[in-house]
Amino acid sequence: MPIPGPTLTARIQPNATAPELIRNFCIIAHIDHGKSTLADRMLQLTGVVEARAMRAQYLDRMDIERERGITIKSQAVRMPWELDGTPHALNMIDTPGHVDFTYEVSRSLAACEGAVLLVDAAQGIEAQTLANLYLAMENDLEIIPVLNKIDLPAAQPEKYAEELANLVGGDPDDVLKVSGKTGAGVEALLDRIVERVPAPVGDADAPARAMIFDSVYDTYRGVVTYVRVVDGNLNPRERITMMSTRASHELLEIGVISPEPNPTKGLGVGEVGYLITGVKDVRQSKVGDTVTNLAKPATDALGGYSDPKPMVFSGLYPVDGSDYPDLRDALDKLKLNDAALNYEPETSVALGFGFRVGFLGLLHLEIVRERLEREFNLDLISTAPNVIYDVTLEDGTEVKVTNPSEFPGGKIKEVREPVVKATILTPSEFVGTVMGLCNERRGVQLGMDYLSEDRVELRYTLPLAEIVFDFFDQLKSRTRGYASLDYEPSGEQTADLVKVDILLQGEQVDAFSAIVHREKAYDYGVLMTGKLKEIIPRQQFEVPIQAAIGARVIARETIRAMRKDVLAKCYGGDISRKRKLLEKQKEGKKRMKNIGSVEVPKDAFIAALSSDSAPAKDKKK
Amino acid sequence: MPALPPGVPVPDDGALPAWVRPAAHVSDRPFGVYVHVPFCSVRCGYCDFNTYTAAELGGGANQAAYAGTALREVTLAGRVLADAGRAPAAVSTVFFGGGTPTMLPAHDLARVLDGVRDTWGLADGAEVTTEANPDSVTPESLRVLADAGFTRVSFGMQSAVPHVLATLERTHDPARIPDVVRWARDAGLDVSLDLIYGTPGESLADWRTSVEAALATGVDHVSAYALVVEPGTKMAAQVRRGEVTLPDEDDQAAKYELADDLLTAAGLRWYEVSNWSRPGHECRHNVGYWRGHDWWGVGPGAHSYVSADDDGAHPAGVRWWNVKHPRAYATRLEAGQSPGAGRELLTAAEAHLERVMLGVRLREGLDLGVLTPSGRTSVAGLVARGLLDGPAAVGAGDRPARAVLTRRGRLLADAVVRDLTS
Repeated sequence: MPIPGPTLTARIQPNATAPELIRNFCIIAHIDHGKSTLADRMLQLTGVVEARAMRAQYLDRMDIERERGITIKSQAVRMPWELDGTPHALNMIDTPGHVDFTYEVSRSLAACEGAVLLVDAAQGIEAQTLANLYLAMENDLEIIPVLNKIDLPAAQPEKYAEELANLVGGDPDDVLKVSGKTGAGVEALLDRIVERVPAPVGDADAPARAMIFDSVYDTYRGVVTYVRVVDGNLNPRERITMMSTRASHELLEIGVISPEPNPTKGLGVGEVGYLITGVKDVRQSKVGDTVTNLAKPATDALGGYSDPKPMVFSGLYPVDGSDYPDLRDALDKLKLNDAALNYEPETSVALGFGFRVGFLGLLHLEIVRERLEREFNLDLISTAPNVIYDVTLEDGTEVKVTNPSEFPGGKIKEVREPVVKATILTPSEFVGTVMGLCNERRGVQLGMDYLSEDRVELRYTLPLAEIVFDFFDQLKSRTRGYASLDYEPSGEQTADLVKVDILLQGEQVDAFSAIVHREKAYDYGVLMTGKLKEIIPRQQFEVPIQAAIGARVIARETIRAMRKDVLAKCYGGDISRKRKLLEKQKEGKKRMKNIGSVEVPKDAFIAALSSDSAPAKDKKK
Repeated sequence: MPALPPGVPVPDDGALPAWVRPAAHVSDRPFGVYVHVPFCSVRCGYCDFNTYTAAELGGGANQAAYAGTALREVTLAGRVLADAGRAPAAVSTVFFGGGTPTMLPAHDLARVLDGVRDTWGLADGAEVTTEANPDSVTPESLRVLADAGFTRVSFGMQSAVPHVLATLERTHDPARIPDVVRWARDAGLDVSLDLIYGTPGESLADWRTSVEAALATGVDHVSAYALVVEPGTKMAAQVRRGEVTLPDEDDQAAKYELADDLLTAAGLRWYEVSNWSRPGHECRHNVGYWRGHDWWGVGPGAHSYVSADDDGAHPAGVRWWNVKHPRAYATRLEAGQSPGAGRELLTAAEAHLERVMLGVRLREGLDLGVLTPSGRTSVAGLVARGLLDGPAAVGAGDRPARAVLTRRGRLLADAVVRDLTS
């Protein structure tokens, strides 16, 4: 009897459920390991969505979204489940899946007492899943190891059960085997969640404390905030306070998602749901912050809150300079839904007016760029991503560098760069290859473990700048796609870093300046000068392209002078055509950027910035 | 073949815009007549001109009827120019081009020339040129032309190297060139040879062979053109499919410079970017285009140009072009209509760009006084970069300052024009 009858259901109404009947859990899984299919199956089995209406229901939900104008991602779905005659309310909390959002992941995990570790029985665990697993273990979550897709012919449940048992401790027989596709084993999994995941503990009489684990901007409702109540309770129409900002708001609506938003009379200890206060900017409802009651405030905030810190920077410029105000407006709008996004105007000699934008990581950069281009119809040039450098000058002055072209030229005592702890999972046949790559990228090995006979976990400290360049692409291509990577910030280190400038006919092209390790400066210089030689059209005069550290030239190419630019024939019938051609060429000249007297097509900047030096396409989610 | 430019319609009677008025200073300027002959025996793979083989045409558009059709347009032209008060005192130059004009019997060409003479008269010493394929002339046909008043013949030699001619799909025997040149000179005709450089597979040595072969005939005029692969031609398709590879601009520049060296050493000096002659043997008809003189183009797809007084209140000139297909062309004229397909009324800015673009191609160069103030500021830089001749740009005594291309400047003439009109 998975679905409790009416009598039992009465015991698990929102705002009236005893904490011991609540189970809060999340699913940790790699992108294609079947998390959504399993989640859908759970929604069916618990009767939250009827099996035969699954598809239609999904569409209905889209309609409701339109009618009510509220975007409900299933951040937290409440599901009933009965075991041995006792009803339970299960809250399934979604976790963002990417390394860029580790902080958000940690807050989602902090809202749970247990985690389902879901692994594809044909592929085994991936580095990023492993990283989230470690995070869950650090948060003392109860881990329920599960192998999915056991219906696949390629599944090797025994092998990977052993791998999982090694990781979480316990017996391989304890690893549940399910198929989200057929539904096999999913009831047993729900039972296991009720049995193993601890019930939340909190003080119902204490001042209210609820942790924000997600907040989403909705065009019609404003910010929708997802919370987990730890102590006390929250009720509609009372005034609440955000403990980090001290800002107070009226609770216009409070409720649970099951699977549509359901306004309730409140939320009590251990419960998970949403709040709407009418604020318009997610910055007023920060992930990790503690919500309390204005009239009866808590004295101590829940731990673990921190401000999102940008790790990667890139210059974003409109291809058409007149789009600059549109870009500014678009960033202002995106900011409403992205607390981690920050930006400042900057000017580039080569690219004109734009913004230096800080991101959590490469995926975040790509998401923002794509949204700007798709949702706001902007054509953008982005400079090669870089990290923050802390520079100490000989006179003791400290400088923070977020744009390589601003790297100080004077006497430098020390440069510090951010480093990360990286975890790489690879089939054992590629261990040598991966170690070689990490060594090339200035990695320091921290450890190595065999997860199973043919799978190895490698741990390295790596400069973030190296990862930001093209590490992930290289890792994938050198291991035929089998290796996976995860990393987390791990402080900074001093390093022998220099700024390499690129000069066209002696004029510095700021967009191409880069901060690189001294030993790699030459390679970068050769790469960029070679690339620019290919893409800058020949001019009426010879154009030297140089790479230089300070005044010292380390690489040089020459664009030979153009030798022929004339139409051989120009008689009576050719004149109109020829004139129009010249008019077009003159028009094209306007789309050129002048670097000194060298005319460079804007496309050339885009081409030079987009190929090898572009952000490593991070396919992980 | 190139598409006709977009334009505004030409009235059925072909009348010029009302603002084209009699003007004292234009009546004594040279006036040219161009006659397009749209026939060839075969169509060459690189050619994008408006031309047809006999098999492609029939009815009233055929070769036999063509002279009569062209004469109808000459008559119309006489009326239109007279109505606008712009009938020339006499025609200074006539040029038969194609196609292959010599696909028509010599007496047909003579009939059209007679029509021009009857309509406006030929000036004393008028230049009358026809293009010719070395295959399609005989000593006799050349003598008929000379007797009819032709003074000049321009042969499409293209190359002296068999594999180059084969790539260009030219059917003539290169050994015939010295003969046809001699026949023409014996008939009293001035002779020019056309050459093409930069054909796929042509080496620098091949090109030298061709230029030297042309000079060995003793001609007084040579035109040398870089091969341009126009979209829509057979050769463009071959390039696209990777069957032939085009030479790069460095190769073309080297060949231009070689030709300039050889021709200059033989006493032919450049007078336009692609033309060399002994002094006094320049093609005056073509010089008329580059100096911006008026001309009437007869035949399908032919362009015409009549300038207007530059009073700022009206367009600076009118250029029009005929329908392209010979059958449509014949049908219009038979119905008493102008064959004009469209025309453009040149703004002052357009006329200025044309004046600079055409004038700077000539050895005599362009009076700097013609340039806009901002165009004039780029002269110094062009001299500094070696594209314009320094002394000419300064001027001296009664010689006004002029923009005259250096040899490097000739190869970069379009870039120079963009700078001078910036």
